[in-house]
Amino acid sequence: MRTCTPRGTTAAAVLALLAVLALAPCALAQNNGQNEGQNTDSNASEATPATSESPAPANDATVESGRDAQASDEPGDTAEAQAGADGESEPGADTGEDEDSTEYAATIAELADASYPEKRDILNRLVANPNAHTAELLTAFADNRLVVRESDQTIFVAAEERDETYVLRDPITFEAAGKAATRDFEPVRTNVGLRGSIESGQARLRLQADDAETRLAAVETMTEKLDDTAADALRAHRPEESDDAVREAIDRALAINDLNTGDNAAKLAAVERLSGDFNQMVYNRLNNILLLIPEDTEDRDQAQLRAAVAAEVERIDWWRGVYDQLETLFFGLSLGSILVLAGIGLAITFGVMGVINMAHGELIMLGAYTAFVMQQLLPGHVGLALVLAVPAAFVVSGLVGILIERSIVQWLYGRPLETLLATFGVSLFLQQLVRTVFTPLNRSVSAPEWMSGQLHFNDMFALTENRLVIVAFSLAVFAALILVMNRTSLGLKVRAVSQNRDMARAMGIRTQRLDALTFGLGSGIAGIAGVALSQLTNVGPNLGQAYIIDSFMVVVFGGVSNLWGTLVGGLSLGVLTKFLEPHTGTVLAKILMLIFLILFIQQRPRGLFPQKGRAAEGS
Amino acid sequence: MRHSNHGPVLTRMLGDTGSLIFVVVLIALTVAVPLCNVYLPEASALHVTDYTVALIGKYLTYALLAVAIDLIWGYCGILSLGHTAFFGLGGYAMGMYLMRQIGDRGVYGNPVLPDFMVFLDWEHLPWYWHGMDIFPFAMAMVVLVPGLLALVFGGLAFRSRVTGVYFAIITQAMTYALMLAFFRNEMGFGGNNGLTDFKDILGYELSADGTRNALFVASGVGLLLGFLIARFIVTSRLGRVLEAIRDAESRTRFTGYRVAYYKLWIFTVSAMLAGVAGALYVPQVGIINPSEFSPIASIEAVVWVAVGGRGTLYGAALGAGAVNFAKTWLTGAYPEIWPYALGILFVAVTLFLPKGIVGLVSQLRRRMRRKEPS
Repeated sequence: MRTCTPRGTTAAAVLALLAVLALAPCALAQNNGQNEGQNTDSNASEATPATSESPAPANDATVESGRDAQASDEPGDTAEAQAGADGESEPGADTGEDEDSTEYAATIAELADASYPEKRDILNRLVANPNAHTAELLTAFADNRLVVRESDQTIFVAAEERDETYVLRDPITFEAAGKAATRDFEPVRTNVGLRGSIESGQARLRLQADDAETRLAAVETMTEKLDDTAADALRAHRPEESDDAVREAIDRALAINDLNTGDNAAKLAAVERLSGDFNQMVYNRLNNILLLIPEDTEDRDQAQLRAAVAAEVERIDWWRGVYDQLETLFFGLSLGSILVLAGIGLAITFGVMGVINMAHGELIMLGAYTAFVMQQLLPGHVGLALVLAVPAAFVVSGLVGILIERSIVQWLYGRPLETLLATFGVSLFLQQLVRTVFTPLNRSVSAPEWMSGQLHFNDMFALTENRLVIVAFSLAVFAALILVMNRTSLGLKVRAVSQNRDMARAMGIRTQRLDALTFGLGSGIAGIAGVALSQLTNVGPNLGQAYIIDSFMVVVFGGVSNLWGTLVGGLSLGVLTKFLEPHTGTVLAKILMLIFLILFIQQRPRGLFPQKGRAAEGS
Repeated sequence: MRHSNHGPVLTRMLGDTGSLIFVVVLIALTVAVPLCNVYLPEASALHVTDYTVALIGKYLTYALLAVAIDLIWGYCGILSLGHTAFFGLGGYAMGMYLMRQIGDRGVYGNPVLPDFMVFLDWEHLPWYWHGMDIFPFAMAMVVLVPGLLALVFGGLAFRSRVTGVYFAIITQAMTYALMLAFFRNEMGFGGNNGLTDFKDILGYELSADGTRNALFVASGVGLLLGFLIARFIVTSRLGRVLEAIRDAESRTRFTGYRVAYYKLWIFTVSAMLAGVAGALYVPQVGIINPSEFSPIASIEAVVWVAVGGRGTLYGAALGAGAVNFAKTWLTGAYPEIWPYALGILFVAVTLFLPKGIVGLVSQLRRRMRRKEPS
C-alpha cells in the first residue's frame, strides 16, 4: 500500500509534479511534444479531437504528411486561415456559457499588452473562473509558449516550434489554429514572480480535483508560494474540503499565512496552533521569524513572539534529533539484518562444519539472479514472483552448494586453507558463468507494491517499507533456522557431527550425507539472502564479492558455530556502521569497521560468544 | 648465528638440484634477454621485442612476490591473503618517488605538487610525501613501510594466536581496507587513478630502451637476491624452526620456542620482499593504482605458489611465471575463458596437484626411476 506523504519541500515538489501528471495529461502531452518534437501531433490531436485532422493517426510520418498537406491545402497565407479558425471557434465553444466564455476570452486578450502586476491580476481572474483548458493555458504560459501575434495583438498558444514556425492553438478551446512563422509573434513575457503566481494558480486549479492526494499536493504548493490570493482561495476551500489530511494542510497554510501577514497577536496564536507540527515549511518559517526579530528587541510584543517561536523551534529541533537517531538506528538494523542474512548461511558452513566457503557470496548472487529470473518468468506478477523466488532461490543455491560439497569440498575436509583456495576458484567460475549467461550488466529486480512505500509516522519520521520487510524477513529466516537446528532431527544430527564427528558416526549417523545436506542448507540460506538483497541493490556478477568479506567478519565477530552470535554480531556491526557513517563518510566507516574487527579478533580470536568446552579445543 | 648445517653457505643454499637449476636459469635469463633485445636484429628469430622485455620483467617481479608468499606459506604455514597489500605499498613508495621526479613537466607544471594534488586544489605536499624525491630515502620506504605494517599487524595477530583460516581472513580484510582507503582522494595517493605518467628514474628516461633493460636486469637481480635470502633463511636453523611451527605449532611452542616471534620475523621479512617486488613492478608497468590491493589479486598470487608447488621457493617463482604467461595469452586470445580457466586452476591444483608442478615433476621422475631397474 502506498502511504507516501511528503517530507520536506523536495517531496512536496515531486508530489506537485505527480499532481500535474495526474490532472493535466493533455498539457503534459504538449509539453513533451515541445521537447521531443515528433510526437506532438498525435498527442495533441488526441487531446483535442475536435481538430480538423483525423484523430490519433497511426504514426508520426502520417501525421507529418497530413499536417503538411493541410498546410499546403489551405489557400492564401496561413495567418488568414488562422483568423478564420479563430472566428469559428470563439463563439461556438460552449453555447451554454456564452457570456462566461466571452468574458474569459476578453480576459485572455488583455494579456497582450499588460504589465506584470496586471498579468498577475489577469491570471487570478482566469483561475477564479476557469474553463476546461485553463490548466493547459497556465502550463503554456509558464513555458513561455503563450505568444502574441504582432499584427493584431491576438493571443495564441504555440504548441510546438519547428523550423522557425509555430504550430498554433487557440488559447480558449485549444483547437488547432494552423501554423505561422515565429518572427510574426512575440511571447507573453514572464518573470520569476509571475511564474510563482502561475504555479500557485495551477495549484489553485488543482484544489478542485477529485483526488485527495492531488488536492493535498496542491495545498503544499500553495503553502510554498503563499500570498493573499492563495490564502483567500484556501480559506474559501476550507469548508467544502472533505479529506482530513487536506484540511490539516490548509489549516497549516493559513497559520503560516498568519505568521507572514498577521499582527502580533495573530502571529502568537499561529505559533500556538502550529505547535507540534513537524512540517518542514513550518520549521523554515519559524526559523525565518527568529532571523527577522533581533534577539535584543525592545518591543515587548516582538520579544514575546520571539520567545514563543524560539521555544517551538527548540522543541522541533529536539524531536528532530530524536527521530534522526531513530532513523539511524533503523538503517543500522536494516544493514545489520542484511549482514545477518548473508552471515547465517556462512555460520552453518563455516561455523558448524568448519568449511571455508569462499563461494558463499556467489551463492548469494545466484539467489538474487533467481529472483530476477522468476520475475522474467512471471511478468506482471512482481510480488508473486518475489515470494516464489524465496523457495526457488533456496533450492537453486542449495543444489549448487551440494554439488560443490560433493565434487570438491568433501575431498578437502581437515585442510581449511586448501578448501579456501578451491572454493575461491568455484566463486570465480560461478561469476564468469553468470557473466556469460546474463551478461555483465547489472539487472534490476523490481519491487512489489507492498514494498515500495513508506511507513509514515509524521513529517519527520518515515521508514521505507522495503527495509522494514527485509528486517522482518531476516528475523523470520533466522528463527526458522534456529528451529531447524534445535527442533528437527536434521539439526540434532548436524550439531552432533559438528561436536564430535567420530562419535556421531559411531552412533549411526551417515556423516557424509549429512555434510552434503548441511552444506546445502547453508548455501540455500545464502540464496534466500540473495533474494532479499535483490530488493536493495542491482543484481550483477559482482554482487557476492561485496558481501563475502562482510559476512565472514560477522561470523567471526559473533563467534564461530554460534547462530545467536551471528545475529548479535550482524545487527551490532550494522548499527555501529550506520552511526559512524554520518561522522566519517561511508568509505572511512567501512575501513574503521574493518580495523575494529581486525583488532577485535586479535583480542578475542573466538568472537563475542566463543564455543566452550572440549569441542572448542579440537578445532 | 650458528648453523646446524656445516660447510660453506653457498653449498648449503644451492645444494638442492632444483634451486641450483633455478639460479642458473635465472642468471642466464637476466643476461640473455636484454642482450637479445639490444644486439640481435629485429628479423632474428631470437630477437626479444621491447614488449616482451617489459612483460618478462613484470613476471620476474611477480615471481619475487610468489617467493615471498612461499616463504611464509610453504615454510611456516602462514597463509596470507593480503600479500599484495605489501606489494602495493612498496609499489606506491616507488610511485611516489617517480611522481616527484616529474617535477614541473606535469600537465599543470607545478614544480612540487603532483598533478592530481593541483587538481584537488591542495596547497602543500602532505607530510608523508616529503623526502620521497630522494632515491635512497624512497627505497628505504619501499622496504620499511611494508615491513612496519607487517610488524604491527603480525605482532597483534600472532601474539593473540590468530592462525590458519582466521589469519587468512583478517589479512584479506586488511588489504580490502587498504584498497578502500587508497581509493579515497583525501588519502593523497591519487585516488582512483593512482600514480602514473612517470617520466624518468634516477635521471634516465623510463621509456628509453636502456632504462627498460636496466629495469629488467634489476628485476632479475632482485628476484635472485630475494630467492637467495629466502633460501638462506629456510636452510638455516631458523628455517628448521619455521618448518616445525608449520607442522606442529603447539608442540614447537611447548618445546620452548617463542612461536609468535618466529612467525612475526618471517612475516615481516616476507612483507619486505613483497614491497621490493612492488617497487620493481611499478616503473616497468608505468602505473600503480588501488586495484593492486584488491583481495582477488592476493588470492591469485597465492595460487601461483600453489600451482608451482609450495615449500620449494623456486616452484613459487615458476608458478608465478607459468600462471601469468597463461593469463597474458588467454586474456589476449580468449578473454572470456580466462576467469573459467583460473577458477578451474584453483580447484584442480588443490584437488589433484597438492604439490604443484614441482611435485608433479618429481613424481614423474620417481615413477621413471622405479621403472628403470626392472
